[in-house]
Amino acid sequence: MSVLGAVFDLNHPAHVVHWHFIELSVANIVVIALMLAVFAAAIILPFPGAARRRRSES
Amino acid sequence: MSIAPSPKTSWTTRTRESAVDALPPEKLLPDSQPSYVASWIYVFGVASIAALIVIIGSGVILSLKGPAWWHYTGVGHFINSIHLWAVELFFFVMVVHLWGKYWMAAWRGGRTRVWITGAVTFLVAVPTALTGYVSQQNFDAQWISTQAKDGLNSVGVGAFFNVTNFGQMYSYHVLLLPAAVVALVIAHVLLVRRHGVVPPFALGTARDSARVSPAVERTPALSGVDGPSPASSGAPS
Amino acid sequence: MNRLGRLRSHDDTKPWTGPYAPYDLVKELCIAVGVIALLAILLAILFSSPDEKPSTIAQWSKQMPINFVTTAAKELDGTSPTAEYGPPYNHNGEGQHAAFIDLQKWLGVSHPIDTANDFVVDPLETVPNNPALQSALAQYRAAPEKTQKAWGEAYAKPLEEYETAIEEKKTPPKTVALDPASGAVTVQASGAGPIPVLMGGLLGLAQSGGLDGALLTSNQFFQTDYTKPLLFMADGGLLAERAEGQHLLGEQWGMMNETGSYPGQTWLWLYTLWYQVEPFKASENADILVMMVMGVLSLALICIPFIPGIRSLPRRIPIYRLIWKEHYRAQKSVP
Repeated sequence: MSVLGAVFDLNHPAHVVHWHFIELSVANIVVIALMLAVFAAAIILPFPGAARRRRSES
Repeated sequence: MSIAPSPKTSWTTRTRESAVDALPPEKLLPDSQPSYVASWIYVFGVASIAALIVIIGSGVILSLKGPAWWHYTGVGHFINSIHLWAVELFFFVMVVHLWGKYWMAAWRGGRTRVWITGAVTFLVAVPTALTGYVSQQNFDAQWISTQAKDGLNSVGVGAFFNVTNFGQMYSYHVLLLPAAVVALVIAHVLLVRRHGVVPPFALGTARDSARVSPAVERTPALSGVDGPSPASSGAPS
Repeated sequence: MNRLGRLRSHDDTKPWTGPYAPYDLVKELCIAVGVIALLAILLAILFSSPDEKPSTIAQWSKQMPINFVTTAAKELDGTSPTAEYGPPYNHNGEGQHAAFIDLQKWLGVSHPIDTANDFVVDPLETVPNNPALQSALAQYRAAPEKTQKAWGEAYAKPLEEYETAIEEKKTPPKTVALDPASGAVTVQASGAGPIPVLMGGLLGLAQSGGLDGALLTSNQFFQTDYTKPLLFMADGGLLAERAEGQHLLGEQWGMMNETGSYPGQTWLWLYTLWYQVEPFKASENADILVMMVMGVLSLALICIPFIPGIRSLPRRIPIYRLIWKEHYRAQKSVP
């Protein structure tokens, strides 16, 4: 059976970050960091169509 | 030939009329939104629905060939990969949606049930994912099921929900729990359409808002029915 | 002020009477489905998904024969984790409780497992053409319970000493020996009765692959319930050894992790966090305590609109000013 795809092979033991009693895999840290970054970007970046909304308000 | 008027006791008539009263077509599928709906945070709700659609779509393909298919074909493994990453995306966007809705205090203005259905959807999605993990028929499923059983047994749930019983877990995962999630999402979205997207906080009253007031006298405007509908506001379609 | 008034929030949210702007919901949904589908396909192409092959009892008995025999002996004499688990498998243990809340006991035994018969005696009964084994089985079944227990303890003692020596990285005693050629385990234990023959027979059955099937059978032809083989394997060391290598153990925050270097179940972070801190960490009732804490917190999540303080935090910390910045800017520009 050949695996379709898999440009990057993640089938090796995870790298783990230890901080005090917290132990998280690098993959999970990346996901959590991305979530925070995406949330921040979502509330900061302007949403397209501002001119159209201004026209409908006037 | 004229059609006889339906009696007011007809269940069909009453169901239809109350459904249309609650959600007339222009409210069910509006073509405009309040002008404050202007932030990227608002796309995470629909992104959650989109992820759920991809999960169900890839899940349907996996179930077409049975639970063992993805272990011995490349195509099956690829569809399984889409299913797994769609689940990761689903929880990703759903949690960002949750964060956004919390910081907007989106339960305001009679929208408590919107919050509740959303929170329950998240809490039901967790065991939906668990039943998927223990249905994989690989080492991950062996480990997760033999570990999760202890938590579930400790609260008596293991007496009727056996994570080491593949047949039961597969049934829950493919039918029962996705049906529950979809039903909750439909209820959630219909409630959003009913009440509208929560308006912004009024500036200048933030300091007053923390004060607890006597029972707020409910005016018709605060009873959960929105103000003028989009169709009557004169907004361009 | 009445009591209900104290619970009500000061919700001054008025229905929107302001302007609307065109917004195409159906197009938005279609775009979202397209984007998410493309993202999922891209991630599948880049990273695929993990599929670690399952362990079998045959593999366990070949890779760790002494561990297998040690576990099997405990299943027979009723001292294994499954044998002493309690509900829903048997009445041999108290289960977990939190003060007077004893849900595990209250819900009862719904999946009865008698480890001595289900994991050892019944599978051995299926082995044909082995007079020595049949005789040992007959001798075991005919003996009183007290005698069976004494045999079991005599057999288990050298195996426990062997296990302890391995854990403490000391030289193991010579009373337990493994023949690398045949995979057979010899345990020098006097007063063990027919147990050495039973354990030898079970090890042989396991290594041939027959025990995987024997544990799966029940009253019907079609099988979907893997409880018995999974519990038997979980009592042994192979699954835990593989799990440790993949960072899946409880103390490794394994609940959040996936095999390999894949992202796992990040949404379980709070659930697994409690197991890492006292009083949960060292408690015998850790599972029920954590489940109760998470039950309360889940209820709190649902009830946020009713919780004073939590429900007013969004107003106090003005992240909303970023979300609705265009709206507030438009309001300021209105004379």
